[in-house]
Amino acid sequence: MATLNDYLLVSGLLFAIGLAGVVLRRNVIIVFMCLELMLSAANLTLVAFSRFNVPPNGLPDYNGQMLVFFVITVAAAEVAVGLAIIVALYRARQTIHTDELTSLKG
Amino acid sequence: MNLAWTLLFLPLAVAAANQLVLKKTGLAPIVSVGSALATFVIALILLGKNETAYFAWATIGDFSINIGIKLDQLSTGMMIVVTGVGLLVHVFSLAYMKDDAAKARYFAGLSLFMFSMTGIVLADNFIMTFIFWELVGLSSYLLIGHWYQKESAADAAKKAFLCNRIGDFGFMVGILMLWGITGHLAFDQMKGGLEAFQAANPAIFGGVLSAAVLCIFCGAVGKSAQLPLHVWLPDAMEGPTPVSALIHAATMVAAGVYMLFRLQFTLGFEVFEGLQASAVIAWTGGITALAAALMATQQDDIKRVLAYSTLSQLGYMVMAVGLVSGEAGMFHLFTHAWFKALLFLGSGAVIFACHHEQDIWKMGGLLKKMPITGFTFLIGFAALIAVPFTSGFFSKEQILEAAHQKEPILFWIAAAVAVFTPFYMTRLYVVAFLGKNRSENASHAHEVGPLMSGPLVLLATLGAIAGFPFIAEKFSPAYHQPEHLIHLGFVTYVSIGALLTGVIAGCVLYAGKEKDPVSIPLLQNRFYIDGLYDNFLVRYFQDTFAAIIAFFDEFIISGLIVGGLSRAAESFGNLFRKVQSGSLQGYAFAFGLGVILVVYFTVFGR
Repeated sequence: MATLNDYLLVSGLLFAIGLAGVVLRRNVIIVFMCLELMLSAANLTLVAFSRFNVPPNGLPDYNGQMLVFFVITVAAAEVAVGLAIIVALYRARQTIHTDELTSLKG
Repeated sequence: MNLAWTLLFLPLAVAAANQLVLKKTGLAPIVSVGSALATFVIALILLGKNETAYFAWATIGDFSINIGIKLDQLSTGMMIVVTGVGLLVHVFSLAYMKDDAAKARYFAGLSLFMFSMTGIVLADNFIMTFIFWELVGLSSYLLIGHWYQKESAADAAKKAFLCNRIGDFGFMVGILMLWGITGHLAFDQMKGGLEAFQAANPAIFGGVLSAAVLCIFCGAVGKSAQLPLHVWLPDAMEGPTPVSALIHAATMVAAGVYMLFRLQFTLGFEVFEGLQASAVIAWTGGITALAAALMATQQDDIKRVLAYSTLSQLGYMVMAVGLVSGEAGMFHLFTHAWFKALLFLGSGAVIFACHHEQDIWKMGGLLKKMPITGFTFLIGFAALIAVPFTSGFFSKEQILEAAHQKEPILFWIAAAVAVFTPFYMTRLYVVAFLGKNRSENASHAHEVGPLMSGPLVLLATLGAIAGFPFIAEKFSPAYHQPEHLIHLGFVTYVSIGALLTGVIAGCVLYAGKEKDPVSIPLLQNRFYIDGLYDNFLVRYFQDTFAAIIAFFDEFIISGLIVGGLSRAAESFGNLFRKVQSGSLQGYAFAFGLGVILVVYFTVFGR
């Protein structure tokens, strides 16, 4: 049977992959997907803690799982806005590569 | 006392009215002349009074600066000279400046000058003297530069002002030193303070007082145009001639002598006997007298000859003050004021008649054309060269007598001056008034009107008789009556011998000559002193100083302080600009790193 540590390890790996993707990849869509990956890693952690934190009455602590629903909702809204921005950006600049989008520098 | 306050402030009111209200109306000259007449009458009424009155002008804690009036024989006598010459010059100016476009400005300037000069003469403390001293400098600047469109006049005005400022700086230091020594600024209280200081510090008394007196003397050097600050006075002849007569012959330049004598009078004459400062003053005067007389012998401009002669006579007065025979100096100031004003107004009449020709070699034969001017000029000439029984003779005799008693070398210097004075004046008179006309302008000259000849005749009368005891006793600011009218002795013989030598040499050399038979470049160029100032002082000293100041301004102020601050801000900005790279992933990386650091320090930091 999988332990809490296994879940946390997978979640940490997912988060690391997501962060690496955000920092290293040039394509904004990939960066965006990696961002989602990091959110999913956080969700996995929350659910795992919820599942393994069982008080004496036998019922798991559902607060963590409630928070995950909020995260999923907000993430869905974020995807809608984010993808719209990326489309608008492509229309304006004909590119979605981050190393070509550097006009906001001092 | 109300009369005395009127005497002081009436000219100021008139000057203000002329400048502000009466400019367009043409009334300005009349109002100014009226004010001059009124002040002369007041001065006559106040003659010989002994009173003091003052009000506090500025009070700081216990210390207060007063504006006050001190009436005594010295100040009321001096007021007679100032208002008397002033009145005649005002009247003369009515005719002389008849066609000038800026008459109102001119008469406002004259009235301002009368106000300032009255302030110096009547002042009851040194700060007030200094304030009016500066005002006199200002009005002199305004009047020399009356024809400011002419570059030479504007330059001369500037030169006069700057030279005076140099002297005034020393004057101010001297006043402050004297204040430190005596603890008082008012003349009446100074003597007590000085005695207290002498009792407390007998060892340093002489040295400190000498230093203070020499600093104050700097003011007199500037205003009375003694060496080495004399250069402004000849240039000041660029102003209208009546101004030269009033300011640069009779009154303002005498203010230095008056102030020195007032100082001696205040602190007591015995303090000045044997003081090193007195010797310096006497020698400065003597050397100025001789140098100026030498320079006068080779000048061709009628006003410049008179200007150098004024310098030379001022040297006499300063020498007398330095020899602690100030009453002789003041007596000479009194007589000199009349006959020198006469000579200047005479030269003004000549210049006016010859259509502003000032070169004596282009005049000639004017005595026949202008008998009144020529004859009155002759009287002034006689008084200046000290022909016996003219006013100048009596006063010069007293100075020579004092020099003979106290300092033989200075006596011989003064005697040499007494040779050169008749020499250059004879040259002037013979060339300009005798012989035949040497130019178109001179042959068309004719006698001036009564407004001009009237003052000349009055001044000539005074110039002739002002030296007799019955006048001098009453009017001269300070007068020491001799036992005999003329004391025939060694001094008188030397004086008359010098007079005859000078006149005969002048006649022999210059009678009937068409151009100057003698040419001494050293004297024509005034000992190269002006050149020295221009080429040495201005070029090396002033320019070096200017370069240092420019360096300080450019590198310290602009480079280090102002520019340094802006450069520091700019380089900090450049540093932070690097952070704003515009690269999205850079930000994300920094953000992630930050989160890790925050987590690290929260978890393991404690």
